[in-house]
Amino acid sequence: MAAPLTLLLIVAVTIRAALFRSSLADLISERVEVVSPLNAWKRVVEGLALLDLEISPYSGDVFHETPLVIYLFHFLVDYAEITFMLADCLTAVALYLAVKDYNKQVFRKQRYALEADRYPMDCLELIRSPKEMYYIPLKVAMFYLLNPFTILSCVAKCTCGLNNAVIALFILSTIRGSALLSAIFLALATYQSIYPLTLCVPALLYLLQRLYIPVNVQRSSFWLYTLQYLFMFLGSLFILVGLSFFLLGSWDFLPAVYGFILSVPDLTPNIGLFWYFFAEMFDHFRLFFLCVFQINVFFYTLPLSIKLKEHPVFLIFMQIALIAIFKSYPTVGDLSLYLAFLPVWNHLYRFLRNIFLVSCVLLACSALFPVLWHLWIYAGSANSNFYYAITLLFSVAQILLVSDYFYAFLRREHHLTNGLYLKKKDGSEATLVLK
Amino acid sequence: MAASRRQRLGLWLVLCTCLLTAAAAVDADNDDVQVSGTGHDNAAGGPTVPPGTGEQGAGRTPETEDRRWEATQEEVEVVVEEVQQAGDQDQDQDQVVDPPSEPPSRDDFKEELVIRPLHSGDIYASFQFRTVWDTDFLGGQKVSHYRLFPKSLGQVITKFSVRELHISFTQGYWRTMQWGQPYLPSPPGAELWVWFQDTVTDVDGTWKELTNVLSGIFCASLNFIDSTNTVQPSASFKPLGIGNVTDHRFLRYATLPREIVCTENLTPWKKLLPCGSKAGLSVLLKSEKLFHSTFHSQAVHVRPVCQDPHCKTTSLELRQTLNVVFDLHTSGQGKREWSLFKMFSRTLTEACPLASSSKVYIDVTDNPQGEQFDLSPATPLLSQAGVLGDRRTYSVYDLTQQATFGPTRSLNTLLRWKSPEGDMLGPLLHSERYVAGYGLQTGEIHTLMYNNHPYRAFPVLLLSTVPWYLRLYIHTLTVTSKGKDNKPSYIHYQPSKDRERPHLLEMLLQLPPNSVTEVTVEFERALLKWTEYTPDPNHGFYVGSSVISALVPSVVAMDTNSTLERPLFNSFFPCKEETSYFMRIYTEPLLVNLPTPDFSMPYNVICLTCTVVAVGYGSLYNLLTRTFQVEEPSPGLAKRIANVIRRMRGVPPL
Repeated sequence: MAAPLTLLLIVAVTIRAALFRSSLADLISERVEVVSPLNAWKRVVEGLALLDLEISPYSGDVFHETPLVIYLFHFLVDYAEITFMLADCLTAVALYLAVKDYNKQVFRKQRYALEADRYPMDCLELIRSPKEMYYIPLKVAMFYLLNPFTILSCVAKCTCGLNNAVIALFILSTIRGSALLSAIFLALATYQSIYPLTLCVPALLYLLQRLYIPVNVQRSSFWLYTLQYLFMFLGSLFILVGLSFFLLGSWDFLPAVYGFILSVPDLTPNIGLFWYFFAEMFDHFRLFFLCVFQINVFFYTLPLSIKLKEHPVFLIFMQIALIAIFKSYPTVGDLSLYLAFLPVWNHLYRFLRNIFLVSCVLLACSALFPVLWHLWIYAGSANSNFYYAITLLFSVAQILLVSDYFYAFLRREHHLTNGLYLKKKDGSEATLVLK
Repeated sequence: MAASRRQRLGLWLVLCTCLLTAAAAVDADNDDVQVSGTGHDNAAGGPTVPPGTGEQGAGRTPETEDRRWEATQEEVEVVVEEVQQAGDQDQDQDQVVDPPSEPPSRDDFKEELVIRPLHSGDIYASFQFRTVWDTDFLGGQKVSHYRLFPKSLGQVITKFSVRELHISFTQGYWRTMQWGQPYLPSPPGAELWVWFQDTVTDVDGTWKELTNVLSGIFCASLNFIDSTNTVQPSASFKPLGIGNVTDHRFLRYATLPREIVCTENLTPWKKLLPCGSKAGLSVLLKSEKLFHSTFHSQAVHVRPVCQDPHCKTTSLELRQTLNVVFDLHTSGQGKREWSLFKMFSRTLTEACPLASSSKVYIDVTDNPQGEQFDLSPATPLLSQAGVLGDRRTYSVYDLTQQATFGPTRSLNTLLRWKSPEGDMLGPLLHSERYVAGYGLQTGEIHTLMYNNHPYRAFPVLLLSTVPWYLRLYIHTLTVTSKGKDNKPSYIHYQPSKDRERPHLLEMLLQLPPNSVTEVTVEFERALLKWTEYTPDPNHGFYVGSSVISALVPSVVAMDTNSTLERPLFNSFFPCKEETSYFMRIYTEPLLVNLPTPDFSMPYNVICLTCTVVAVGYGSLYNLLTRTFQVEEPSPGLAKRIANVIRRMRGVPPL
């Protein structure tokens, strides 16, 4: 398995290196779909330039990266291209290993269930075979590395690639069962962009499940482990923030990074829902809707965790996807991370209801983004509504995609307990509905 | 008149005797006297010494003068009150009487008009009115008696502890390339810069209040000056008056490039003049002609200046300037000639009686033998002055001399061109600025600075203020001259804060001789909230002029003694060294388009976006709260009705 992965990495790096050298690189790095005010490379360079002028990068409103990123690139600015390519490769390898491990566990669980005769007889066709699962890790790596969104993001040197790497490492360490590393990487991801905070719950569920500790509020072992994990997570988060403070000597970065993410002052167009909504918002409702929209991102954690407490990895996927859809400054790089997980849910394919429509819409939107942007910004023959309409459609498509996978997952679980071919009382074939 | 003189003499004697008795008391406890004196002044508000009585103190040393002043306030107040009315009457009569024969006054008013025929065929007329008030404003004591100095301004300056105030309103852009250098430069729109005294604690609050008050005084929209267009330049705007304040925390600078100047700004400006628009040069200021011009700029400058060569005491100087450029090609019906009447539709008949000097200068440097134009009436009086690094010759008309007006009792200077346009030496320093790039996403600001000196390099300070919605990227800043990188020796950059403060970029550059220096910086256009756009969003947004301050090498030695008697037009910028002179030029303001949202859509956008969020929420809610169940088909309509009937009958349903 190592050989195909190596080949894949070589191909991916070659594509990126070629694009870096081409004239497209400048064009791509200006695209609003690929970079946001939060993670544009241009702004990182600006932050470094401000540091050189002995001005705090956070004294202005251009730089919104965390202090660790600016100190990282203080040393690596000349090797930025390599850094971003490495980050992509690292993400892919981490996902590859994580999915490989996860598949092993899935397979083991399935075997136990089969041995215990827990599946109904007609569900055999839902059982996953090692043969079909063999190529899934490679497919995941491929979906990540060869996804045009990832390539664009990497060529634009969007720091979102680094965040993806951190989240991938978090997933890997969680699946490998290393609580400390998981907490550290989660803290790092949270430190970078707040939203991964919601991944805390699935990670905890997974680790508990791995140690066969039931989720039961009356059990002391449950509380002990939860507190232990939260302590590690909050401790490393605290260390990171403290380290930033000592590097910078001031707390300026807190409002400049987290205040910026939460209060959305920069309305530069992107593929998300926030920019046009808050550009057109009435001033006295602004705060209200800001709260509603931000709570919306975090809101789904609790009900999803309850519903999916047996399947924390799927929960991680759901959370990453919801963050990518509803966050304040989304870019296509965020999309590419959850799209990479789609091969893992290959077996849900038969239950997906509108995958064809959704993929068509996603493809069409991706093609229309630059067209309508050009019409609005350069040609002047369209206005902002055209671009807004496409971002809206893109969001709807993503929402449908995610909810479709969620539906398919729940349905498969239902079938695994209740049998695949359900009969009505009178023996005729029954249809399954949500009630 | 004889009676009034006698009265004045009597008053003077009374004062002197009181002074002698008071001097001893003051020596004993100076502080007490001062405290009580000020206290009384504050409480009573009215009874201070009329200036007519204090005038004669000018010959003494400042210390004794101060003391006498304090003593007068305390001890002589009864006397003063007695003679107050008499003194006031006296003073009124006095002003109407021949002013030049007046003894040295506590405030002094001069007026002058400079006319420079420009090579393009246009006429540049520059009015300057200067009131110097020998009072210690900066000491913080309350001054409540005003004579020539406008009270409205004086009160503002005292209330807000202003050290220096410079305000200008300009319509049109000064074309340095065609017109040369103006006597007093100003950017298009409104410009305001103020040095506060170092006793001010809340500078921003004071500045905010001051702009609002000034906006009322000048009927201008200065109240639009807020933190988003105010900056604190670190080097470009040094105090022009005395006092080496260098802490730029007390400096505030703002421009409103969009401000439109019109009659309503001219009227309050004229009201500040001692003679209003009744007499003197100000009769020429008729708005219907002034605003029918290519360039119009009016300004008010208040600053502390030295009273004597040793600078022991300070005076407050108020300079009101008005510059106007008439395009005589369009209004001259094809003939190239102009006269005062043609320009201003008025002629001069008298000097302002309150003015100690009232002169009209006409620049005849380019016309030594009269080959370019004819000037009538001819004047024997010629004056030379070093202006802007050059020695210029002026024909002078002294309006205080009756002979100037001739038999017709009016002065209507007429200038008739003989030869077509002459050529002019280009200015040593000029600049251009423009926005490059296309589309509404990014852009690039280019500033070009031309040094036309054949062999000397000189330093310039470039100050750019860019509003926050054009996000500058300082790492893209490049400075090139003659194809090579020209590294600025000093950069002061303050990045913007969204909706709070603008970008401020100050650079010290050395311009090589005979070169063009290009400064470029990239920016990104922000999308604003729909309520933040102006009512005409597609007109674009203005970016105020850049300011280029330079020490330009001069052709002739400049006069560094600032206290000597000089024409007003060349004594504004203090000159520190003989070989170079200070010059300030303003670049063009920029008009930049921003991307706009659709202003008719707020409800639609709110509804549509909320719908999408609801789709997300709804579909997840659906999947989270419901469970899968086998669908039991509902019975048909007939069966249901039958069941209802059966239930009523008490029979088990089908």
